[in-house]
Amino acid sequence: MYRYSEFDRAFLAERNRQFRAQVARRIDGSLTEDEFKPLRLMNGLYLQLHAYMLRVAIPYGTLNPSQMRKLAEIADRWDKGYGHFTTRQNIQYNWPRLNEVPDILDALAEVGLHAIQTSGNTIRNVTADHFAGAAADEIADPRPVAELIRQWSTDHPEYQFLGRKFKIGITGATHDRAVIRAHDIGLRIVERDGAQGFEVVVGGGLGRTPMIGSTLRDFLPRADLLPYLEAVLTTYNLLGRRDNKFKARIKILLHEHGVDKIRALVEEQFLRLRGDFSGVDQQRLAEIETFFAPPAFRDAPSSAFDDARAADPVFRAWADTNLSAHRAPGYAIVTVSLKAHGATPGDASSDQMRLLADLAERYGHHELRISHEQNVILPHVHKSDLPALHAALRNAGLGTANIGLISDIIACPGMDYCALATARSIPVAQQIATRFEELKLEHDVGPLKIKISGCINACGHHHVGHIGILGLDRAGVENYQITLGGDATDDAAIGTRAGPGFSADDIVGAVERLVLAYLDLRESRDETFLHTFRRLGMAPFRAALYPRTSDMAA
Amino acid sequence: MPRPFTPKVVTASALIEGDVIYLTADDTWSRDLSRAEIITDEAHAQLRLLHAERQANELVGAYLADVAPGAGGPQPTHFREDFRRRGPSNYPHGKQEAV
Ligand code: HEM
Ligand code: SF4
Repeated sequence: MYRYSEFDRAFLAERNRQFRAQVARRIDGSLTEDEFKPLRLMNGLYLQLHAYMLRVAIPYGTLNPSQMRKLAEIADRWDKGYGHFTTRQNIQYNWPRLNEVPDILDALAEVGLHAIQTSGNTIRNVTADHFAGAAADEIADPRPVAELIRQWSTDHPEYQFLGRKFKIGITGATHDRAVIRAHDIGLRIVERDGAQGFEVVVGGGLGRTPMIGSTLRDFLPRADLLPYLEAVLTTYNLLGRRDNKFKARIKILLHEHGVDKIRALVEEQFLRLRGDFSGVDQQRLAEIETFFAPPAFRDAPSSAFDDARAADPVFRAWADTNLSAHRAPGYAIVTVSLKAHGATPGDASSDQMRLLADLAERYGHHELRISHEQNVILPHVHKSDLPALHAALRNAGLGTANIGLISDIIACPGMDYCALATARSIPVAQQIATRFEELKLEHDVGPLKIKISGCINACGHHHVGHIGILGLDRAGVENYQITLGGDATDDAAIGTRAGPGFSADDIVGAVERLVLAYLDLRESRDETFLHTFRRLGMAPFRAALYPRTSDMAA
Repeated sequence: MPRPFTPKVVTASALIEGDVIYLTADDTWSRDLSRAEIITDEAHAQLRLLHAERQANELVGAYLADVAPGAGGPQPTHFREDFRRRGPSNYPHGKQEAV
């Protein structure tokens, strides 16, 4: 875990002091809202539909138990006893009061957390594989690199007023769990001839014009990372469109100029900039790496795990869905579902946060992660501790065995909170999860990703859902459009629109028809929804969605 | 042809809490839509909106929202205003809490 230096602490304290004064000046009337708004956004404070919303960064999704406890304390003292974990590894508080936000920021600073660059046209929270440092398929832990990027990009004067927000995601594993192809820059640690470097993917993004990123470099030597990132950002800053905010993302540049031209421009900048990097960045990286040393893994028998798995079907169901392969023998990665059937995806109560902090201390080498799929990970748990861990989770409503299944839905806040939304997302997610729980089909259906957004900004990643749902306003009524065949992993793909949208009353039935059709169409239990879709294409699913041909004309 | 003016209320967010608020006929701000002044005249609506905007130390983002007059006072005509009136659907939070 990165440990804050005196410099870091002083920086945060000064920044919070400034913001406290700005809030005071807004309240006493010496700043207008137009003057104040950019200042509050620089500190992650939005005004939403019913209240303010504070977005706190969780750098590369990593938390220690005291940070998690602090998040719980903030939820209790200044919010309504819960927090919402998001697809960008942030936590959002939905009910802070303007005059108390400076106190919240000070409380966060006590544990090295902040809300800087969680909004605005800057480099946003750098996200990473949520299994970082633990995954069996990992080449290297991506978090030291993510921390280096965070230090380089925080308050970087050239990147405070980019054309648009800029998102960087990084993975150090062979399987992409960080959706790197849907980021402005996606980085993948790769190995060539025994040396580590990066595959650099540029120009992905969801939102109004969803695009899968293109590889600019398939191997960038490790030491060249920051000058190369500077080159990409400088190219974007110079060339990026500012005439139209919908065309301002780097993905549009790639689309308009072509990947070859952008690559040539980036390489030119890179040659110019590389000399400015004297190697200090590499020294810094080496220092940061020492903070991320793996914990002292325990060598112990794991027969307790096998016994519990054989004896207890509830434990077995959970173990089969919520555990992933760890690189240390005898260990597992635990994904704790924040998607209990009928609950709001991504929400955790303060009690649940505190319990997770306790469990991370007791069984998890003091580490927690937040995934972009809105779940919490205990990355290092010895298998012999899993039965006790599972029992503790179940008691707190955190034992849902549904990771990767139909009710493990990503849903953005939608019109229940978000001022930009065109329809609600949360009730749709709640109803789908409840419906399939009642049908008892979830485990039979197997891996299936449903992702829901309440508007075209696509915060709920609907474009890369196997089933994507987009909430729209059609003549003053909520309407939901379905896309099929999206994929957020290695073969990242944007889903295809199935046809006309469904009303709020019809969307759950439509999803049910889709899934029942899949059960009929699959060749075996091993053929997932996505594979079946790829084999058969849209036609049979469209027929299930629109049983009467007259519906298609709507 | 210009569209006929439809009834409106003046609404905004409270500066400190962020709560949805409505302008009443006696120049106060209420959290309760049923107490809002229904404005049926376009020129009057513009004046009321200007009046609201001058109170920028108490509120943010004043605008005119469509309503239909009903038995219990103004009724929202669009689902967004309905949600703003009530609060989120997943928890009894926001103004629903007080009810
Ligand atoms: C509630 C306040 C929010 C606001 C005002 C907001 C605003 C936006 C906007 C304007 C975009 C489009 C940006 C563009 O394409 O240039 C966007 C995209 C996005 N947002 Fe949000 N969002 C909010 C909440 C969230 C939440 C809760 C999440 C995570 C669950 C999230 C994650 C994302 C992601 C992943 C995208 C995808 C587009 C991309 O960058 O490729 N946002 N958001
Ligand atoms: S997708 Fe739209 S509705 Fe959902 S959080 Fe993003 S901006 Fe809000």
